[in-house]
Amino acid sequence: MRSGKAGLFAASIMVAVCIMLIAGVFAVSAETEQVVQITAKRFEYSPKDITVKMGVPVVLEFTSLDRLHGFNCPGLGIRTDIPPKEVTRLRFVPQSAGTFPFHCDNFCGDGHEGMTGTIIVKE
Amino acid sequence: MKIDRRDFLKLIGFGGVVFVSGLGSFGNLAHAVSGEEDFFFVQLSDPHWGFTDPKVNPDSTGTLKKAVAAVNSLELQPDFIMFTGDLTHTTDDDKERRKRLAGFRDIVSDLKVKSVRFMPGEHDASLDEGAAFKEFFGETHYTFDHKGVHFIVLDNVSDPGSKIGEAQLQWLSDDLKKIDKDSRIVILTHRPLFDLAPDWDWHTRDGAKAIELLMPYSSVTVFYGHIHQENHHMTGHIDHHAAMGLMYPLPAPMSLPKKIQIPWDDAKPYKGLGFRAIETKGKQSKYALTEFSVKGEKL
Repeated sequence: MRSGKAGLFAASIMVAVCIMLIAGVFAVSAETEQVVQITAKRFEYSPKDITVKMGVPVVLEFTSLDRLHGFNCPGLGIRTDIPPKEVTRLRFVPQSAGTFPFHCDNFCGDGHEGMTGTIIVKE
Repeated sequence: MKIDRRDFLKLIGFGGVVFVSGLGSFGNLAHAVSGEEDFFFVQLSDPHWGFTDPKVNPDSTGTLKKAVAAVNSLELQPDFIMFTGDLTHTTDDDKERRKRLAGFRDIVSDLKVKSVRFMPGEHDASLDEGAAFKEFFGETHYTFDHKGVHFIVLDNVSDPGSKIGEAQLQWLSDDLKKIDKDSRIVILTHRPLFDLAPDWDWHTRDGAKAIELLMPYSSVTVFYGHIHQENHHMTGHIDHHAAMGLMYPLPAPMSLPKKIQIPWDDAKPYKGLGFRAIETKGKQSKYALTEFSVKGEKL
């Protein structure tokens, strides 16, 4: 009986520790993932200047308010289409500090060429 | 590898002999060419008919007409004329797009040479996948042969994402299989096929696939527009030559933080605008280029 109670107690502790560990992992993940919501519409992104931290995973969440747009940041080697009526997520880990221009690369009309922004990666 | 025009002329062996400014008239030199396979054609690009901004071009309705008159006044007329896209400036209004295409067509109908070929730029075709362009000028990609040269017109604008697309790449592959590896090939397209400046959208997203298909062929030259300035570049043995535009010049690739239209200069009107003559001599695989201002002055 005594050993059975002790075993149950030990198992409970282990389960609790596991739950705490799992929760902790997710908490750390949530804390360290940089999520940036960006809207795209002719002929601008909002926000157009995005600051992130080097080495920390980034999730860009795009929503187009009108038509198909694109996001292309050649300096970081990332791009995606941004179709309307859905959220498009783009994950990356910035590996070096600097300022990286991005632009819409799906032609969207007169003003398309001014649809630009920058990602600023800080150490 | 970027090369300037002087280097290019040396490279192809025409330097100091053909079409170098100050050495005789274009017409006389062209007359000196007598072989059966010799000919020249004219490339005009990016007239952006419908564009209006007096700070950039106060003669936006007259510049194309001046270029047409200049081509008509060439001492020797070209075998044909090729427009490499952005015939019109973009508009969201489908009716206005057709009105601009019709206006452009009316103006170029004054060209003496009646063999005139067209392709769209993104301003003509990217908002409707080329529908209006096709109504006026037919297919957006096609081939033709002229005096021993195989011309391939590639469309990298009807897809708004700067792509040629798998279907057209397959069409290109099938076409190339029909010709010999030493055939003389000229590619005419709007955007650069190589990564000239991806930050400024001066590239074709799947252009490398087209270049890969062309690499086994020993004589390939690409003429394109889009960047509104002369530019010469090589990918392996393939030459790429961008032409000036006919509405406004743009800055050298990545020379400014942002790509902006170069403002009009009253002291040098029409600077940076013009067209080019492209000549092939005999069976040489290289081409001699002569750049002209919109008024027909040799540059």
